[in-house]
Amino acid sequence: MPTDEAPLLMARGVTKLYGHRIGCQDVTFDLHAGEVLAVVGESGSGKSTLLSVLSTRAEPSAGRIEYRMRDGVARDLFRLNEAERRLLLRTDWGFVHQDPREGLRMGISAGGNVGERLMAVGERHYGRIRETAIDWLGRVEIDESRIDDTPRAYSGGMRQRLQIARNLVTAPRLVFMDEPTGGLDVSVQARLLDLLRGLVADLGLAAIVVTHDLAVARLLSHRIMVMRHGRVIETGLTDQVLDDPREPYTQLLVASVLT
Amino acid sequence: MTAMLRLERVSKSFVMHLQDGKVLPVVSGVSLEVAAGECVVLGGPSGAGKSSILKMIYGNYRCDSGRILVRDRDETVDVASAEPRRIVRLRRTTLGYVSQFLRAIPRVSALDLVVAAARDQGVAADEAEARARGLLGQLNVPERLWSLPPATFSGGEQQRVNIARGFVGDHAVLLLDEPTASLDARNRAAVVDLIQTKKRRGVALIGIFHDEDVRDRVADRIVDVTAFAAAAAA
Repeated sequence: MPTDEAPLLMARGVTKLYGHRIGCQDVTFDLHAGEVLAVVGESGSGKSTLLSVLSTRAEPSAGRIEYRMRDGVARDLFRLNEAERRLLLRTDWGFVHQDPREGLRMGISAGGNVGERLMAVGERHYGRIRETAIDWLGRVEIDESRIDDTPRAYSGGMRQRLQIARNLVTAPRLVFMDEPTGGLDVSVQARLLDLLRGLVADLGLAAIVVTHDLAVARLLSHRIMVMRHGRVIETGLTDQVLDDPREPYTQLLVASVLT
Repeated sequence: MTAMLRLERVSKSFVMHLQDGKVLPVVSGVSLEVAAGECVVLGGPSGAGKSSILKMIYGNYRCDSGRILVRDRDETVDVASAEPRRIVRLRRTTLGYVSQFLRAIPRVSALDLVVAAARDQGVAADEAEARARGLLGQLNVPERLWSLPPATFSGGEQQRVNIARGFVGDHAVLLLDEPTASLDARNRAAVVDLIQTKKRRGVALIGIFHDEDVRDRVADRIVDVTAFAAAAAA
């Protein structure tokens, strides 16, 4: 972090309207390499809309988002050409969906799911692809013997771990996560969180994690943004915002959960 | 600044919006300094704001006004106004916090928890493991427990794992929030030894100790927090 002072992602006045309805409004922040930002709020707060816009899955109605590409130059995300955008989505970014079925190809093997991202960045050597896939399955604690099974044969927790492996295999610099532990049993959540925490720290990933679960935010993130009615109402160091919340709404959120 | 840590007129109150915006004053005008190799103990009755002061220094609580200056190698960081990521870095390199409460992480063994705390500070793997083993031994955590996650340990055992985590690194400023509370005499003595070692190495320490015996053995100075009592609003 100290050697790298220019932000990786810069959002300025990001707004998304659906007709007259506000998705998110006037969101401004910087994200630096290796920094994990949690976006918290209740359903309808705009946090998922914000994630869609940041990850270029939806166009903003107003505002600007810049991303510093691997060449060190910051580029306006909505002025990239199609090839540049594809490169980002396939290699430099990851997106972990709440429902692994959205992020996985359910009809192809686990090894194929991981290998596909590698082939998208030009890897053609079958032996190396399989070796890398086995390595990544191991890192997300999936036994090598399951490599030829499709995710249909996997439990929810395994599918989510496979989705993570598929995203991280290309060594992205930024990963978006939408309620990554959302659909899982509590005991499975703990294991997945621990795994994510370790991977994010080891790989020095930057991440934007959308969650309604303050415990997830506390365990994974350095920094937090609290959203309500489409706006960011409070932001700061994660443990500071959770232990000494300033805004009435944040105080209510924190007081409403057992931590 | 020659002190490792300096507080300048720091004030803090809580505004409780869920209780009709009631204002709870905590402390006002806190000024103090801690030099390298010195251990300053915060004194005063419970509720005087000692723990809140430590939490503000760590950046865990905000302060309403004043500055909290921490020397981070060649720089001075004002925790009261620094960017979150600067505080994250400060905690990694310089500023450590030891409480009696362990935040256990599922599935991570006691030994690995302590090793990770050292590794976070850039201590090499072998060295981190050697230090962790040494500290767990010194704090009388039975070796058969080292490979187990502490979730099922007794309160005292978890507390000692947490102390090991706090002392294993090379933080130049250590905040001690009642680390010896509820420890037996043998383990209190072990913690006193650890503190003395840190002092000899030039670490600046500031802490809260209810145990008078421990306090007398580690304190270079006692700062009475009641002097900073905030004017009660009600």
